[in-house]
Amino acid sequence: MDQARRVALKAGGAWGVLSAFAALGLMTPAQATAARNDVAFDATSMVAALRALGVDAPTPSDQIEITAPEVAENGAMVRVAVASALPGTALVALLIDRNPNTLAALFRLPAGTEAAIETRVKMAESSALTAIVRAGGRFYVAHREVKVTVGGCG
Amino acid sequence: MNAPATEPTRVRAIARDGVTRVKLQARHVMETGRRKNELGLLVPAHYVTELVVTHNGRVVLDAAFGPSVSQNPYLSFAFAGGAPGDTVSVRWRDNLGASRVDEATVG
Repeated sequence: MDQARRVALKAGGAWGVLSAFAALGLMTPAQATAARNDVAFDATSMVAALRALGVDAPTPSDQIEITAPEVAENGAMVRVAVASALPGTALVALLIDRNPNTLAALFRLPAGTEAAIETRVKMAESSALTAIVRAGGRFYVAHREVKVTVGGCG
Repeated sequence: MNAPATEPTRVRAIARDGVTRVKLQARHVMETGRRKNELGLLVPAHYVTELVVTHNGRVVLDAAFGPSVSQNPYLSFAFAGGAPGDTVSVRWRDNLGASRVDEATVG
C-alpha cells in the first residue's frame, strides 16, 4: 500500500505540487488552472456530457463558427476550428455527437486570448460536431456535419 | 512503474501587431483504449488529459482533452500582447501521470 502511494505521488509529479501551491494561495489566479472535468470527458452521450458540463438548453448562435471539412477522408485526423464572436467568450467545448466519448476538448480562455482555436480530432463515423460556448455567463451552441469516409477511433 | 519517455512539444510563437500567434504540436500516441493491436488485444488508453500554455508565467490557454483528440495533438490560437524575446511555455500531462514542459521564445 505504501508502495502504491509512493507511485501515485511520483506520478502526480509537478502538477501535484502546482495544485498544492494553488490550494495554499501561493499562485496567483493567472497561474492557476481548472481541474479537469473527468465526468464530462467520460460521458458517452451528448445528454450526459452536457449535464456534466452544467449546460442546460444552450442558445443556438450564428456567432459561433465551426470550420471543418464537409467530407473527411481520414477520420483519425480531422481539422476543426471553432471561433466565437460572442463578447466575453470564456470557454469553448468541442463535442463529437457520435464518438464513443462525446466530449473531445474543452478550452478555457483567459481575458486577452482570442476565441478562435484550431485543433485536430478523431471521428469514429460521420457525425455532427457541436461547439458549446460560455460567454457572459450564458451558454450558446452551434453544430456542423462532417461526413467521414474511414473512421478513426479504432 | 517508470513513467514512459516523452518527446518535446513543438512550439512556435510569433508576435505581430500586438498579437501573438501560437502553433504547437505535442508528441503523444493518444490511444483511445478501444484500438486492438495485431494480436487482437486492446491497446490500453493513453492520452493527454490537460495542456496549459503560459506566456511569461501567465496562463493564456487552459485545455482539457479526451481521447478523441488526434495523435500528436495540434493547437493553433492567439493572445493579445507578447513581444519577441518573451517566453511561451507548454506543459501537458497524460492519463498515466506522465508530464512534460517545453518552452519557446516568441519570434
